[in-house]
Amino acid sequence: MRDLIIVGGGPAGLAAAYGAYEKGVKDILILEREDTLGGILNQCIHNGFGLHRFKEELSGPEYAQRYIDMLKDTTVDILSGTTVLELREDRTVCALNSRQGYFELQAKTVILAMGCRERTRGAISIPGSRPAGVFTAGAAQKYLNMEGYLCGKRVVVLGSGDIGLIMARRMTLEGAKVLACVEVMPYSGGLTRNIVQCLEDFGIPLYLSHTVTDVRGDRRLTGVTVSKVDENRNPIPGTEMDFDCDTLLLSVGLIPENELTRGAGIEIDPRTNGPLVYDNMETTLEGVFACGNVVHVHDLVDYVSEEAARAGASAANRILGKIPEHRAVHIKTDGAVSYTVPQYIRENAEEKTVSLSFRVRKILDDVKIQVSDGQRTVFTAKRTHMAPGEMEKIQLPREAIGDARDLTVSVEK
Amino acid sequence: MKEMICVTCPKGCRLKIDEQTLKVSGNSCPRGTVYAQNELTDPKRVVTTTVPVSGAILPRCPVRTSAPVSKKLMIKIVQELKKYSLTSPVKVGQVVVENILGSGADVIVTRNL
Amino acid sequence: MYDVLIVGCGVVGAATAYALSRYQLKIAVLEKENDVAMGATRANSAIIHAGFDPEEGTLMAKLNVRGCLMAEELCRKLDVPYRKNGSLVLSFSEDEDKTLEKLYRRGISNGVPDLRILESEELHELEPNLSPTARRALYAPSAGIVSPWDYALAMAETAVRNGAELFLETEVHAIEKTETAWRVHTNRKSFETAYVINCAGVHSGQIHEMVAAPAFRIIPCKGQYFLLDKSEGTLCTRTLFQCPSKVGKGVLVSPTVHGNLIVGPDAVDIENCEDTSTTAAQLAFVRKTAEKTMTKINYRNTIRNFAGVRSNSDRKDFIIFFGEEKFLDVAGIKSPGLTAAPAIGEYVVKLLENDGLVLRKKEDYTDSRKVIRVKELSSSEKNDLIKKDPSYGRVVCRCETVTEGEIVAAAHGPIPAKTVDGVKRRCNAGMGRCQGGFCGPRVVDILAREQNRQKEEILKDKEGSFILLSKL
Repeated sequence: MRDLIIVGGGPAGLAAAYGAYEKGVKDILILEREDTLGGILNQCIHNGFGLHRFKEELSGPEYAQRYIDMLKDTTVDILSGTTVLELREDRTVCALNSRQGYFELQAKTVILAMGCRERTRGAISIPGSRPAGVFTAGAAQKYLNMEGYLCGKRVVVLGSGDIGLIMARRMTLEGAKVLACVEVMPYSGGLTRNIVQCLEDFGIPLYLSHTVTDVRGDRRLTGVTVSKVDENRNPIPGTEMDFDCDTLLLSVGLIPENELTRGAGIEIDPRTNGPLVYDNMETTLEGVFACGNVVHVHDLVDYVSEEAARAGASAANRILGKIPEHRAVHIKTDGAVSYTVPQYIRENAEEKTVSLSFRVRKILDDVKIQVSDGQRTVFTAKRTHMAPGEMEKIQLPREAIGDARDLTVSVEK
Repeated sequence: MKEMICVTCPKGCRLKIDEQTLKVSGNSCPRGTVYAQNELTDPKRVVTTTVPVSGAILPRCPVRTSAPVSKKLMIKIVQELKKYSLTSPVKVGQVVVENILGSGADVIVTRNL
Repeated sequence: MYDVLIVGCGVVGAATAYALSRYQLKIAVLEKENDVAMGATRANSAIIHAGFDPEEGTLMAKLNVRGCLMAEELCRKLDVPYRKNGSLVLSFSEDEDKTLEKLYRRGISNGVPDLRILESEELHELEPNLSPTARRALYAPSAGIVSPWDYALAMAETAVRNGAELFLETEVHAIEKTETAWRVHTNRKSFETAYVINCAGVHSGQIHEMVAAPAFRIIPCKGQYFLLDKSEGTLCTRTLFQCPSKVGKGVLVSPTVHGNLIVGPDAVDIENCEDTSTTAAQLAFVRKTAEKTMTKINYRNTIRNFAGVRSNSDRKDFIIFFGEEKFLDVAGIKSPGLTAAPAIGEYVVKLLENDGLVLRKKEDYTDSRKVIRVKELSSSEKNDLIKKDPSYGRVVCRCETVTEGEIVAAAHGPIPAKTVDGVKRRCNAGMGRCQGGFCGPRVVDILAREQNRQKEEILKDKEGSFILLSKL
């Protein structure tokens, strides 16, 4: 029986391991499917990581290296090249690698840190032919940054998620021509800074409220048709624009990878596609915690680390017998707030405040975030600007919770 | 008055700068002031790319400029770096090119390989 | 000089080659694409039909029922994913009840075993997620589901293992009658053969017309599909049909052998038989039609849309006849062609024998195939395998749990996978919910390494479908 097994050695897994270690857990094992630690950070060679966590602007690999270095002199064990096939309800982890073969390990606590995957063409049913040349932005990023191959010369990017924007710049720097970035929503899905430094810096047009309505070419992509959409996101006939391109990059959203989670019978929040979690990042299966993009998709790795450290510390508390067996308060959402993480808060836990993350469904200016217990507003915070592409965080003081059964987070003008 | 979005950090502050006095508002940290003033005179960005590396688990090593460089130099720096290659082992922070194209910034390795 | 030359290696060509390869014959199989199963075989409903649809007395009826009967044993022998899941034709009205009865009687007359009509209660007990408006159903327990490309590949591989020669990327340009034989001209070289068998699918009309006057017309008919993630794959156990209409068997909802859910197809006659593009309007039609069968399908979990082109014809039946002396047309093999294929192979052998081809069985014939699928092995089997070959312990495709060893095996099989999609058809890598987003680059890597090729040469699919355009 191991004290703590962490599934995934990306940013969440690494920070969770360090968080648990700092709280006194010695027996920690990270299972990582790739040969090296760091996860997706390894292909994110652009800068912009670590401003919150390290007060420095780092590239993805550098950020990962900080954590790898932090774990160097600890007792944390790492099994790389190891894929977890199954998690059972009794916290047995079934895994496969080329050295030990197939094996099962039981743990007192498990932290799920599998990250997320990209939505594909299929998920959004883009019609047309199915030639080579349609890539998720992340796949193109891997080819370019890890292996040194350019997958396209004339590129249209569908979706204004951060990876797509970053890749628009990256491919431009390597000599490709990025013709357009097309976004079905009336606002960008990525960080505003990326619109500026990845599109505007290079004169790449951004078409909001547009989508790809046809894909041409039966071998390699030869072109796409882009149409304007109405408020219900239906293409408007007569607005078609044709682009001659050899590549369509998709940056149309990320989906938490929760196949293991579902297999273990853990409850999933359909809004986040991640497990329901308490404020200590524990899932509905006791002793199993989750953190990072497997819970909800983050924009910033710094916040992944923060959440993961909390998961690690909470797992430590479980192992050391400090178990928060208290009444749970359900966090509901209203209006423009699309979800919150955590979805439940346990009363009387150690920390004085609860870090509550959420997203809004539309762009909002000069608004007030409100938390109410049904009778009264227990917390407010002002924001000058909120956007769906940018995760919001509030620190909710525990005393604000009082004896409420549930709390509702909303955004008011 | 010119408006812009600060790209220094992911917060994306909406800045306003007076073109005459170079006075900046809307920033939530001092970096915003520097950013806005640079944007008016000589916009600066960090350049990130890769350089071939032999003997490592990967054929490419990620690198970046140690500080923001003039935006005009971005593509030139990526092109210039095509002249360079590395041999494993390399360490984070190792300098690949000093003061690349006179930009004032070094190009440094960003991954141990 | 070949005894038999088969034009086209879809499931029909593969089944024919497989059936013939048991005899002491020199066989050539010509395929214009870079892999087998590249036409209708790789894009269809993947159903083994029971055989109550074709009209009594037709060749189609006979070969369908026979093919359905052969499937289970054949799939066991050749290690092809198959499940006898049974099918249901649903009735939503009194009129359709009558259709069920007609199909029932036809099925009995065609020799379909164990058919029965289910009343509402039993129906909804068997398929609890069915739309409540379904009132009765024709149940055919002998129907099944199969991996269609693997079915074709397994038969083609077995034929190759037993000496049949497969020529990929070999397109027939002309067929010439010599004094004693046929000379088949291709983009590569010419082949001399005693018999030509035309299994060219949507192109079989053109091949026929290279040697004879037009005798039939192929009418390519496109069908579009949704393939959904495994999260939806358990919504039904059996294949759910609606009552057939003039345009075909209609939109079905079915599990696949890989655990996904398939919904489709529509049926639209098209001009260009290579046009497998999908359209928003027809996909919407498929979805709307399927709603009658089941409303619980969450289309947000779609992992892929695709379209296949069936080689329908101006005839009601399959077109299997000597279009010219020693030139056998096996054309217009529309649905249930996948089901009928092994029976067609058998039938072709009989026709050739009747025509005077001397058939002597091979003594050293290998009628089996084994595919290693790590996911399906027990833990001790996994460990034994990994001890022998550690590459079976490295998972490359995480969605479908496919290991490096399996991809290497696909790259070195009897018909080696040359492309990323070829690997996918052989071992499922890239078939899952991320659609190769994660494993695609690794598959390219492994193919390049194993086949000693440059990464830029590795194609996604057909000739020209380059993935990487340049190296930095």
